[in-house]
Amino acid sequence: MSANKEEINSLIESRYKHGFVTDIESDSLPPGLNEDVIRAISARKNEPKFMLDWRLKSYKHWLKLNEPNWAHVDYTPINYQDISYFSAPKSDADRPKSLAEVDPKLLETYDKLGIPLHERARLAGVAVDAVFDSVSIATTFKKKLSDAGVIFCPFSEAVTKHPELIKKYLGSVVPYRDNFFTALNSAVFSDGSFVYIPKGVRCPMELSTYFRINAANTGQFERTLIIADEGSHVSYLEGCTAPMRDENQLHAAVVELVALKDAEIKYSTVQNWYPGDEEGKGGIYNFVTKRGDCRGANSKISWTQVETGSAITWKYPSCILRGDNSIGEFYSVAVTNNRQQADTGTKMIHIGNNTKSTIVSKGISAGRAQNAYRGLVRVMPQANNARNHTQCDSLLIGGDCGAHTFPYIEAKNPSAIIEHEATTSKISEDQLFYCKQRGIEEEDAVNMIVNGFCKDVFKKLPMEFAVEAQALLNVSLEGAVG
Amino acid sequence: MLEIKNLHAKVGTTNILNGLSLTIKKGEVHAIMGPNGSGKSTLARIIAGDDSYDVTDGEIHYKNKNLMELSPEERSREGIFLGFQYPVEIPGLNNSQFLKAALNAKRKYLGIEEIDAFEFLKMARETIKRLEIDPSFLNRGVNEGFSGGERKRNEILQMTMLEPNIAILDETDSGLDIDALKVVAKGVNEFRNQDNAVILVTHYQRLLEYIKPDKVHVLSEGRIIRSGDESLAKELEKTGYIAEKESKK
Repeated sequence: MSANKEEINSLIESRYKHGFVTDIESDSLPPGLNEDVIRAISARKNEPKFMLDWRLKSYKHWLKLNEPNWAHVDYTPINYQDISYFSAPKSDADRPKSLAEVDPKLLETYDKLGIPLHERARLAGVAVDAVFDSVSIATTFKKKLSDAGVIFCPFSEAVTKHPELIKKYLGSVVPYRDNFFTALNSAVFSDGSFVYIPKGVRCPMELSTYFRINAANTGQFERTLIIADEGSHVSYLEGCTAPMRDENQLHAAVVELVALKDAEIKYSTVQNWYPGDEEGKGGIYNFVTKRGDCRGANSKISWTQVETGSAITWKYPSCILRGDNSIGEFYSVAVTNNRQQADTGTKMIHIGNNTKSTIVSKGISAGRAQNAYRGLVRVMPQANNARNHTQCDSLLIGGDCGAHTFPYIEAKNPSAIIEHEATTSKISEDQLFYCKQRGIEEEDAVNMIVNGFCKDVFKKLPMEFAVEAQALLNVSLEGAVG
Repeated sequence: MLEIKNLHAKVGTTNILNGLSLTIKKGEVHAIMGPNGSGKSTLARIIAGDDSYDVTDGEIHYKNKNLMELSPEERSREGIFLGFQYPVEIPGLNNSQFLKAALNAKRKYLGIEEIDAFEFLKMARETIKRLEIDPSFLNRGVNEGFSGGERKRNEILQMTMLEPNIAILDETDSGLDIDALKVVAKGVNEFRNQDNAVILVTHYQRLLEYIKPDKVHVLSEGRIIRSGDESLAKELEKTGYIAEKESKK
């Protein structure tokens, strides 16, 4: 038994050698934000000077900005001086020793979602040996990727190991000046993922943050950069269906995607941060900027998202269709229950000729939640033959929730063809009675109706993600009726 | 099998059923006829457990149980099937997925092993073939974009698959062309046997040319005013409901 344990321990130790986990011990910085804090963050990560300079420029710009207030969400103002901008991963001593010490309610949810036992431990933040399985999988996984020439590593590692790529692409899609939260993120970002797919390479597997174990605790100001070089292809999965433990209330992530000529990036997200209690207390504020640049001709970027968590979601994964014949897609399911608020959608900016975009948005509201779709389709004067199709559907469960649609369409080229379809429906008493008359419980009926409503988006998700997403939706809407 | 005694029911302040009594035995097919607004559909929906009606008096017993104490789901699993007059659309929800869920809800309740996807599909395909229904039915959304006739055929498909003890078909013949009517009639005739019962709620005698009822009841103002055999339906065809009602005064 003890030999076994040693073996496990040595395996866990070994992951540090692979540089797979950012090796920082202990301490957090005291709350507050100023230049010294940014210098301290950068120093702790041993960043090169260009990175620090960029952080400082971002910070100076952020000071000039005001928090946006145009979204259809409502929250008490955030005091940015109350937040700690650097917190090292918790040491094992602070973590629960075993699942027995974890909140039973959380475990119950894991059970409903069918999360494997060893995964539950990792997600709940249980210390050491339980993560054995994931570590060994991750190691094999890394080998396969490096054989293909794919770079997939923590962002902070890329800053020191691949500074030329970072210099060239960081901020090239989402400039730090873009908005209040991007400036903040650029100044203080913690960590995230970096992906580079070389020319002509089809990434041999779906890349998932699931395998990047040290993603824990980087959620607050995550920074992700994915570059698909000419003719390459990658599918990236972000997030996890299981509710993640996180003490940070404000999340302001930035994700940048660059697709060069003939490249394709598929980015799928399942977001299930803590939504707060039934009154919305304590939930995560998820203020995210995600944007993809179809920089080369015939490139394609596809966003698929299933958003069920967070107290407030403010997120518009967008595509800049710069290359001729480039394609942008956005498939979204956003679920809000209880007091959750979501203002989400996309921007499709048509610049190149013959560019195409597709938007399919499914919003589901239950409880007293508010769910807004906000989408911009802009066709620039030089973009000939641009096409867009938007399908925007809302489903209401119960009488106290709200669904809102804010489509913005700007066509500056007369050859553009833009279609917008929108529907709002309610799960009707007739539908429920019909299901019940066939022997189906009300809750199961609601789940089936909701899953049917979301089908067009789910089928865009990678298979195993789609199955999880369905289970997640069911859990999120538990008790929504009756 | 089903015994209704002195049933009174209303919606809001409007009385719809005013002391309706009816007894249905195993192996029988009953036709309930009557003009619009006589309470036919209300009766069907109350048996199925629709709580938008207030039952103010009377009793319904089914298999020696007090039916009013069971939820709509339980009634269904106990073998009560309602073929809806206007089957509702559930967009995106696959018809076969829906049917399988219904079937397994019943099996689970009865303590029978749940049917797996493979076995279910085999069973569904056989049923569809026998009923001469288009195989595409299984892959479409529940009644999504279905014509009136297709919806009614879908009800018959569900009835056949769920094998209820008592099937109440609410105006299943309305709006059907002759071919669709034959499909529906064939489904019902194949379904009926010595152990189950059928209630046909209909406005017209036409359906009864294809499905022979054992008993025919005339409903007026929430009460059964006359009962008889098949010949009563033919008589009504000639005289109409008004004459029937007048003669009772």
